[in-house]
Amino acid sequence: MTTKLASPGAPVTFNQETTHDLELTVRDLKLWYGDKQALHGIDLDVYQNNITALIGPSGCGKSTFLRCLNRMNDLIPSVRAEGEIMMEGKNVLSKQVDEVALRKKVGMVFQKPNPFPKSIYENIAYAPRMHDIVSKGSEQDELVERSLRAAGLWDEVKDQLDKPGTSLSGGQQQRLCIARTIAVQPSVILMDEPTSALDPISTATIEELMHELKQDFTIVVVTHNMQQAARVADYTAFFHLGKVIEYNDTATMFSTPEKQQTEDYITGRYG
Amino acid sequence: MAQSLDDISRQLKKRHRKSARMKWLSMSALIAAGIFLLFFLADMLIKGMPAFQQAYIQVEVDYNERAAELPLAAVEADYRELVSRGYLRLIPGRMAEDDSLLGTTQTEWVLADDAVDQYLKGGKARLKDKQVAVIDRMVEEGRAELRFNTGFFTNGDSKLPEMAGLASAAIGSVLVLIVTLAFAFPVGVMTAVYLEEFAPDNRFTRFLEININNLAAIPSILFGLLGLAIFINFFGAPRSSALAGGLTLGLMTLPIIIITSRAALRAVPDSIRQAAYGVGATRWQTVRDHVLPLSMPGILTGSIIGLAQALGETAPLIIIGMIAYIPDAPGSFTQAATVLPAQIFTWAGMPESAYVERTAAGILVLLSVLITLNATAVYLRKKFEHRW
Amino acid sequence: MQTDQILMTFFAGVLFLGVLGFFLGRSKAARVRAGGAHMHSQPDQYAWFTVLSAAGPAVVVAMLAAIVLGVFESAFPGWLAVVGALGLGAFGLFVGLNRVRPELRARDSLERAVKWVLIGAASISILATFGILFSILFEAIRFFQMESFWYFITGTNWAPGDAFLEGAGRAEASEGPSGNFGALPLFAGTFMITAIAMLVAVPIGVSAAIYMSEYAPSKVRDVAKPVLEVLAGIPTVVYGFFAAITVAPLIVSAADSVGLEASFNNALAPGIVMGIMIIPFISSLSDDVISSVPTAMRQGSLALGTTRNETIRHVVLPAALPGIVSATLLGVSRALGETMIVVMAAGMRPNLTANPLEDMTTVTVSIVSALTGDNEFESAATLSAFALGLMLFVVTLALNFVSVVMIRRFREKYAVNNL
Ligand SMILES: Nc1ncnc2c1ncn2[C@@H]1O[C@H](COP(=O)(O)OP(=O)(O)OP(=O)(O)O)[C@@H](O)[C@H]1O
Ligand SMILES: [Mg+2]
Repeated sequence: MTTKLASPGAPVTFNQETTHDLELTVRDLKLWYGDKQALHGIDLDVYQNNITALIGPSGCGKSTFLRCLNRMNDLIPSVRAEGEIMMEGKNVLSKQVDEVALRKKVGMVFQKPNPFPKSIYENIAYAPRMHDIVSKGSEQDELVERSLRAAGLWDEVKDQLDKPGTSLSGGQQQRLCIARTIAVQPSVILMDEPTSALDPISTATIEELMHELKQDFTIVVVTHNMQQAARVADYTAFFHLGKVIEYNDTATMFSTPEKQQTEDYITGRYG
Repeated sequence: MAQSLDDISRQLKKRHRKSARMKWLSMSALIAAGIFLLFFLADMLIKGMPAFQQAYIQVEVDYNERAAELPLAAVEADYRELVSRGYLRLIPGRMAEDDSLLGTTQTEWVLADDAVDQYLKGGKARLKDKQVAVIDRMVEEGRAELRFNTGFFTNGDSKLPEMAGLASAAIGSVLVLIVTLAFAFPVGVMTAVYLEEFAPDNRFTRFLEININNLAAIPSILFGLLGLAIFINFFGAPRSSALAGGLTLGLMTLPIIIITSRAALRAVPDSIRQAAYGVGATRWQTVRDHVLPLSMPGILTGSIIGLAQALGETAPLIIIGMIAYIPDAPGSFTQAATVLPAQIFTWAGMPESAYVERTAAGILVLLSVLITLNATAVYLRKKFEHRW
Repeated sequence: MQTDQILMTFFAGVLFLGVLGFFLGRSKAARVRAGGAHMHSQPDQYAWFTVLSAAGPAVVVAMLAAIVLGVFESAFPGWLAVVGALGLGAFGLFVGLNRVRPELRARDSLERAVKWVLIGAASISILATFGILFSILFEAIRFFQMESFWYFITGTNWAPGDAFLEGAGRAEASEGPSGNFGALPLFAGTFMITAIAMLVAVPIGVSAAIYMSEYAPSKVRDVAKPVLEVLAGIPTVVYGFFAAITVAPLIVSAADSVGLEASFNNALAPGIVMGIMIIPFISSLSDDVISSVPTAMRQGSLALGTTRNETIRHVVLPAALPGIVSATLLGVSRALGETMIVVMAAGMRPNLTANPLEDMTTVTVSIVSALTGDNEFESAATLSAFALGLMLFVVTLALNFVSVVMIRRFREKYAVNNL
């Protein structure tokens, strides 16, 4: 499918011919925290089984945007959002879409690993059990193993599944959080600076993992690390002051940015 | 393959219903607490409001010679039982004081017996049919009525319900609280100052903190045992006295004052201390001139809350004998005294229905004082709240 | 009264010496300074130095005298102590004044003195705790010298009155070596009423806390918190009256309507009312604890597509559990030690039963009745109050200890520092 992005406010063109299917299309998304507008009309397409990276200076609204995609912003009382985020032909921002269902379909990994104060096994098995994906017993054991394997953690923890999740190292904890997200079988995984709290080796492990995960999932990742975006992402969007300045496939974006601002940012002149 | 949004939503219906149920359930707990509070307040108001009125009847008082000896003779037989014995008792004294009364007959409004009072308020009263008829007639003639019960606020305790009032208990409470405050406030604030401003982090300090926490957790009745064993039996403070009671409650209030004062001291930013040290002030001067004044509102708030708690406390005072029948207000800290909650307790144990309404009315008075104190504390906190 | 006058004289004397010391000290310091000498400290500091040298010894001597008089009654007359203390104070004033010289480091002495005064004040808390412990312990030991400890904690016959009659030879001695001081029925009654109270307080308190911290909009919170605080501020004597005069009859007629017989002193009424009294303790502590479970936990769970309820039940509450247990233990310790509600609404009859509609009595009720009767202080009947008090002391301190340890665990785990 070929897509041309064109929105009047902030014209963003996306040149590459692609055969990818669309997972999410965002149109003219605006968001306010109380009186303060944080997103000023975002247009963005997210492609299935691809990694989309969001970059931009601090406070430009990357996390805010990401949280719109699974409506985590609903948890903040003063937030108001307008516009469209289309998924399966529905606007996920509308009240008709159940945000709990949406979150099952669009999972999220946070900046700081936040395993539950439960055993490693329970960290994974908890949500699937709530969703009735598996019944207790061998089926559940299998799912736990599958998820941990998919997150590349199985070999490290298979002998200590009943240890608390918090006893793992930071990088392991983050992979545990990825594993528990995978376990509920979402379509999209959102990651908000998933490696910023980790050491370089754990970071590398997670970047590898992301490559593998995109076979099965669509990934949207926020990162402050330009090299990381260049390494892992298929597409990259540059955010600035609540707008998407430029959105393109990663290679183009980093080699020949269209906008001066983008160029300035990726060459480290500000941000 | 991942499920579609619609599929998931369909499966979620049941879970959402359950979630909504949980929310309502947890909310109903709060509502239950609120309903209880309303029910309780309504119950106290209904039971206590009548006590703020008191029955008076108009009778002819015949100040004859016999009345000087036998006051009953001053009132016609029909009315004798209807007049408060507390009033009759006063007749000889008044006659002795005022010679001109002798031989006269006066029509006077006098305090009615509690049975009349209860009958007029629509309660059940131990009256004979004949007496009921007399009262009914008096009401028709406008010779019996309910008036505001001033005596409730000016009299001490009495064995006659219609004469019983809160005054001496209120004075007792004030004396006790003076002792409590005089003890707990300086000691509590000094302890807090020591812990926050002077104490090194050593064994003694930690031991002290553990002790303060424990003191806060000890049941109040055990403070009564302490008061009995130490203040009364050991130091020989008079039993039932405001001194013994106040010291006992002071020890109980101490942890509250220490804990709130520490919080208030901690809220003063270090920059202020540093500034004071910078101009050469000693530690004590810094505390006295800068830290304490800034934390005073917080300390006062905590002290008022502590005082309110002490004002409502009964159990330890029972142990040290402050529930004895004490009709007269204490004149000093060492005389036998009673306090408001102890008075309430004593009345609660009385069988007459007139005491029940007085108990509830006493509770209303006590609650009003407590609410005023707490509201003052909240006001102070709001007014002087600093955001550093 | 005698004590009154002695105290008054003493305080007036100390005050006089203090004021005198202040002015004399200051004027001397000012004079010396006016004479051109360079003083180490400020005149006011010399003034306070003089005050302390006068009042310090006087107060110390007075306290010592009070303690000595406590131990050996009438070892010397009270006025002698006052005269001695004030005399020493006057001497101290004289010495202190003499030492007011330019080279005296009054500021440093003052600083040291202040520190010691503060330490002295702080020690009162320690004295109080140990005062309670020892005053109870000594009398309890005297009790256990008269009566068997073993029977006390396992025996089922509590009849202090009989003990008195037996002593007077007016009643037959009760069966065998056992005795009249078997406190088991009291423990059972206390336990029953505490259990009822916790059955009311824990579900309501924790639910209210969940609602307040997880669901309630801030406006509701602003109303609900004060309501709960009012519940916490109601004096226990008031609750007791309410339990006895309103709740107990309600329960009797309710029981009657289903064909059960209930005593007017049933255990249910004080239990329920005590539970209501404890709700705010549990809810406010649980509220604090639940609110300090990191938001990241909730978000992590919600991001997996679980409902609010599932997140609370399976993630938030398990995380907050140590804190909730700790709050519950504090509630239990309150219930065990609560006195007025049971004195007014529960029975006086030791009764070993599992039926909450019957009347039964508690440890605290028995303490009160032992100490408010006309018993002689030295009798076992009176001293039994201290033995019961000792049990109460030990159990509440143990509960408090466990609860502190649990809350500390919670605090360390989630790096919370406002609990
Ligand atoms: N809960 C909130 N309430 C009010 N304003 C908020 C809230 N969260 C974010 N904002 C504001 O919205 C804007 C965008 O914030 P956001 O966190 O999305 O930025 P970001 O691009 O993720 O920054 P960073 O790279 O530092 O994470 C900022 O100005 C921020 O101050
Ligand atoms: Mg961010």
